[in-house]
Amino acid sequence: MSSNDSTLRTVVVALAVCLVCSVFVSTAAVMLKPLQVSNKQLDKKQNILKVAGLFQEGRDIDEIFSKVEARVVNLETGEFVDDIDPTTYDMRKAAKDPELSVNISGEDDIASIRRKPKNVTVYFVKEGDSAGMMILPVNGYALWSTLYGFIALEADGQTVYGISFYEHAETPGLGGEIDNPKWKSLWKGKQAYNEQGEVALEVIKGIVTADTPNAEYKIDGLAGATLTSVGVSNLVKYWLGEQGFAPFLIKQRTAGI
Amino acid sequence: MSETPRTVLTDPLTNNNPIALQVLGVCSALAVTSNLVTALIMCLALTSVTALSNLSISMIRNQIPSSIRIIVQMTIIASLVILVDQILKAYAYSVSKQLSVFVGLIITNCIVMGRAEAFAMKNPPVMSLLDGIGNGLGYSLILIVVGVVRELFGSGKLLGYEIFPLVQDGGWYLSNGLLLLPPSAFFIIGLFIWALRAWKPEQVENPDYQIHQVHRTEVV
Repeated sequence: MSSNDSTLRTVVVALAVCLVCSVFVSTAAVMLKPLQVSNKQLDKKQNILKVAGLFQEGRDIDEIFSKVEARVVNLETGEFVDDIDPTTYDMRKAAKDPELSVNISGEDDIASIRRKPKNVTVYFVKEGDSAGMMILPVNGYALWSTLYGFIALEADGQTVYGISFYEHAETPGLGGEIDNPKWKSLWKGKQAYNEQGEVALEVIKGIVTADTPNAEYKIDGLAGATLTSVGVSNLVKYWLGEQGFAPFLIKQRTAGI
Repeated sequence: MSETPRTVLTDPLTNNNPIALQVLGVCSALAVTSNLVTALIMCLALTSVTALSNLSISMIRNQIPSSIRIIVQMTIIASLVILVDQILKAYAYSVSKQLSVFVGLIITNCIVMGRAEAFAMKNPPVMSLLDGIGNGLGYSLILIVVGVVRELFGSGKLLGYEIFPLVQDGGWYLSNGLLLLPPSAFFIIGLFIWALRAWKPEQVENPDYQIHQVHRTEVV
């Protein structure tokens, strides 16, 4: 062993090990990148379809996805932005670009996301039973991570159809239960706004029963995951509120009549 | 203790189980066992990392200066874990999402490091590979037992297939919610260790400290 312990030897071995390992890791990362990216995109599309109740096991995701139309919406005005191509527009990249995003000041930032893009991609279901349904992208910070997902609202812009998160790093088994189909099914039919037009939808602590007051706005909390539940409540409140999609939804509602 | 390839491979299952006897790697055993699929993938990931890290560390064991051996081991283990994580993201995307941070945390799993330091540094590559696989299987054994108990009694399913119809869905089985929470894995592992040591009493440790009986007549 002693011959191994000279300084030169130590440096050489350390360098060699690092070099070999980094070659391995970077080769794997580069070679598997295309597969990973396509997995991510498929997963996102699958989530959009699931939240809209269109997903069918075994059918080609891209094929079903042709029923869905993506459009870019300006959050501030609530108007469609037609000169941005929704298939290439990346709102998460835009959220980091100072030109394309806005800072959210401390008090307004209930979802703890710091910046939001000026324009977001909203998905509409074009045909079938759920035609007119709107699928809105949402994000917000929970316990460990920023949750990225979608909320589907029915054509009235008031009734929730579903919620789904496609990216998060919450504790599996606790906060990770936001992926649990049973919990997600609780959202169906809940109401987003109360009579005063404020966002009333929230995740409460404990279980919603038939005699819970205002049960139509309330979702069961996740047991053992209070902070994740609060994070979900906050992001719903933020994104359905004035800062989020409220202007757009009001425009949609008046246009619908 | 004569070590044949056979004993190296099978000893870690019951005689020298990494979780039950060495009590290593318990953290991930708590975290990923609420359903069997994630537990199985985690077993596969950990077994391949332990096997390959043992193999590669053993191959260069005579070159590693002892002053930097731990960091060399860590570098190799970390690279293998990243490799496994990348492969899972590419080929088993939905499971890798559920495992999330726990694949990355294999780096800090004491079993991998412990076997590298205790076995691979002193033994030839093939034996080290077998030792790695054996310890991975020993870890897997516990994870699978815990995973089966937790998924079956916690949600009435196995590998996602319904075994006990739940009351909520009109069946008869009222699921035990505690089993879906990480602490339940502690109880199950504890019971497992108890059963194992009842079967193999030589695994029972001597108490570290015996309370000295003070007699009233003794001058303290």
